[in-house]
Amino acid sequence: MEDFISGKAYVVGDSIDTDQIIPAKNLVYSMSDPEERKEYGRHAMSAVPSEGQGLPYGNMPLTADGEHESEYTIVIAGSNFGCGSSREHAPFSLLVAGIEAVVAESYARIFYRNSVDAGFLVPLESRVRLVDKIRTGDELEIDLSVSTLKNVTTGEDFLLNPLGDVAEILRAGNVFEYARQAGLIAD
Amino acid sequence: MGQTITEKILASHAGRDRVAPGEHIWIDVDILMTHDVCGPPTIDIFKREFGESAQVWDRDKLVIMPDHYIFTADPHARRNIEILRAFATEQALPHYFDVGTSRYKGVCHIALAEEGFNRPGSVLFGTDSHTCTSGAFGLFSAGIGNSDAALIMGTGKIWVRIPETMRFVFEGELPPYLMAKDLILTVIGDIGFEGGTYCALEFTGPAVYALSVEERMTLTNMAIEAGGKNGIIEPDEKTFEYVRSRTDASFEPVYGDSDGKRILERVYDVGSMEPVVAKPHRPDNRAGVTEVTGTKLDKAYIGSCTGGKLEDFKAAAQIIKGDEVRVDTYVVPSSTEVSEAMRTTMVDGVSLWDVFVNAGCQMGHASCGACLGGPIDTFGRMQGSEVVISTTNRNFPGRMGSKEASVYLASPLTVAASALLGVIADPREVLV
Ligand code: SF4
Repeated sequence: MEDFISGKAYVVGDSIDTDQIIPAKNLVYSMSDPEERKEYGRHAMSAVPSEGQGLPYGNMPLTADGEHESEYTIVIAGSNFGCGSSREHAPFSLLVAGIEAVVAESYARIFYRNSVDAGFLVPLESRVRLVDKIRTGDELEIDLSVSTLKNVTTGEDFLLNPLGDVAEILRAGNVFEYARQAGLIAD
Repeated sequence: MGQTITEKILASHAGRDRVAPGEHIWIDVDILMTHDVCGPPTIDIFKREFGESAQVWDRDKLVIMPDHYIFTADPHARRNIEILRAFATEQALPHYFDVGTSRYKGVCHIALAEEGFNRPGSVLFGTDSHTCTSGAFGLFSAGIGNSDAALIMGTGKIWVRIPETMRFVFEGELPPYLMAKDLILTVIGDIGFEGGTYCALEFTGPAVYALSVEERMTLTNMAIEAGGKNGIIEPDEKTFEYVRSRTDASFEPVYGDSDGKRILERVYDVGSMEPVVAKPHRPDNRAGVTEVTGTKLDKAYIGSCTGGKLEDFKAAAQIIKGDEVRVDTYVVPSSTEVSEAMRTTMVDGVSLWDVFVNAGCQMGHASCGACLGGPIDTFGRMQGSEVVISTTNRNFPGRMGSKEASVYLASPLTVAASALLGVIADPREVLV
């Protein structure tokens, strides 16, 4: 995990569940095959109702038709992001689409844990609701060392909640490296 | 201060006397379950981290139950089954329940109970969010992702954050028109679908202990729909009887202290509760059934881990028997055992299975079916902007296969009443 993450924002609303992040019919693809894994990027956020894709505008899919990588780096969301199923394919699909961090008001437990333990992306909590303050396409800068988010496009600064205990797992890379450091896996 | 059942179970699995909510600890896992959707990527990660020739930590503690995408021609879904099969052979796994054999079971959460893996006092993890179902047997169970599952596969260990506990007490006697589904949808409507985030949701009270073990599983199953980490019910004689009839394995029941810490306690009088539905598109979007009666339907669906158990079909049959459904109605038993029992359980001289067939229902094979949409040829999958009433547990956009569809969640009684009338109906109107 790098302390500094910057790039374009992709904004969605509240209660984005894992079926909206990656619809179940796509879960059959291999996550390790270099070609097949691209399907996850192609379908990332595809079941978010169109009016909610890329707020405040709507009708802006995360990845363009047929593309698996998006132009966005940071997802901004409301409350209970990632609720629903336990599929690790959800944070994975965002990773394939090029997302490095999500900043939401709150998370569902399993999505948060999967993001951290697999080391797919950094799940951050905002202190205020950002969905109405940041627009899709705005340039953002996150500095984890001081837990801040800057909207470069508008010049506004926001505080984030510190990562706390899970920072150690993200720093290690994923839960396996963390377990190795804790001596739970013999090298 | 005393400790809750959840805290005691987690402490004992870390070799400790006590733990406090918020602590992060490593614990030992008794059972790990995975299925056809998350099993293959978990196996991939296990091999990546522990090596191609690595052995699982304890082959007697790993349970693999394919159940999600079974009756489909989708080549990728079929490949996933091949991967599980090859892994089970390579690791000589005793608890692999292969598709196309007499061992095939169906929906994992029901099959875990039927096969005796839900043992009071134990710790069970699964790569499925509804793994919290098993908590109905007085054990700690929770859903996890593939990476955590792969770590357990290799080490038998996982880190957990000790959850705070919320307690829901159900007093009184359950009226015949209510089911566990009504109770849990009421709770979720009250606290909201993130109201229980990171918490242990404990269910207790005379009305809970009057429920069968199967009905209790409907309560714990939907703990996740309020964001809960686990759902749990302390065991009683009914629990022990069920478990002993399914396994010879020993177990040690755990009970919470009366002064264990609860951050919320709500008491319900079930006698004054009403049948409810969750309206589209959230499980906490609760309404009394009377607020939505008359809503026109395209389909009705009776199935899944929460609504496809034998008791769910018995309840629905009370209403459907001798009549005919007015909308396409799909009946999907959760497990092969349920499916067989439907053929031998008689209602007024007719088998449960035939009650549904005679009423014009379409009968599916034991599996998750259209509960989560699935490949395009999945039995009962939603199309376009259909309106459906379902005994399943989630109604997020697209969940049952079409993001334009509207899904109402309800008890098997309410779904059956609605199937007969072709519109959402109050079971009190049709129950005789
Ligand atoms: S029946 Fe539905 S909720 Fe239950 S395990 Fe299957 S897909 Fe999940």
